[in-house]
Amino acid sequence: MKQFEALTRKRDHQPVRYLIVDDSVFARKSLAKMVESFGGQVAGEAGDGCTAITEYARVNPDIVLMDITMPQMEGIEAVERIVQEHPDARVVMVSSVGYQDNILAALQKGARHFVQKPVKPDALYEIIRYVLNDDGVTAPVGARGEN
Amino acid sequence: MRMELIQPFIGSLDTVLAEMMKSPAHIADLTMEEEGYRKKGLAAEVTFKGQIEGRIVLDADPAVAVKVASYLAGGDLGTSDAIVWEAVCELANMVIGNAVTQLNDRGFHFKVSPPKVLTQEQCERAGHDSEATILRFETPSGNVHLNISMHYHARRSRERNAVVVR
Repeated sequence: MKQFEALTRKRDHQPVRYLIVDDSVFARKSLAKMVESFGGQVAGEAGDGCTAITEYARVNPDIVLMDITMPQMEGIEAVERIVQEHPDARVVMVSSVGYQDNILAALQKGARHFVQKPVKPDALYEIIRYVLNDDGVTAPVGARGEN
Repeated sequence: MRMELIQPFIGSLDTVLAEMMKSPAHIADLTMEEEGYRKKGLAAEVTFKGQIEGRIVLDADPAVAVKVASYLAGGDLGTSDAIVWEAVCELANMVIGNAVTQLNDRGFHFKVSPPKVLTQEQCERAGHDSEATILRFETPSGNVHLNISMHYHARRSRERNAVVVR
């Protein structure tokens, strides 16, 4: 997989920590590979919205990548509950179901962005840079691990 | 069944398979079926609720599932049952999700369930009381079938669009 300029946290130059939420093990593994190619670290994984809420409180990630259609509790409800408890949470919705009503509902509940499956690494990288805004910095590929 | 409801699934399967298999898929066959459906490979089902109700079964040859699994995992993963089933479910999720997105943006409002694996018995039970359109796509690794059975509820659509005058 293509390696990107490492995205790190501006405050301590540590890797950005991600919580990946998807009921598909494949989708989680695929997203994990992508965020690792961005220089990030998978802090936790969850297969449904309920687990995502408890995992968020446990690992306190910098970014959440959240599927929408999941058993037990869907992604949009999970976003709402996470953002209610953690107003600074940065949640990016990652779903194959990307119609306008769904995107609007997710943004209204507090999601920061949306990316449609199949996910292209370049698109996800740019979205994460955008969502991190001033809290993220990039370092050239060769500089990884030197901080 | 209205062709405008089926067309997005054809386009979506073509796009997703082309991305994953690095080769275009093309429709080899289109048939109608009223009896129970006999699956040909590994099948996953997604159901719909709302203005459109029904279900779609995505049924892929095992070799296609292995290829999809390799694409999703970014490398060769082998051919264990769990891996290929998971790959078929994720393929169904992407193909059907993308098509549902197009239909919702065209004004058909409905929700989808997460994909679930179907046994032969469940396949036959799911298809025995409704007419289905079956599309067979050919890929370099084998066939993918889409078994589509959907109904459009025009009345629900009118109710949704009704304007209340006070």
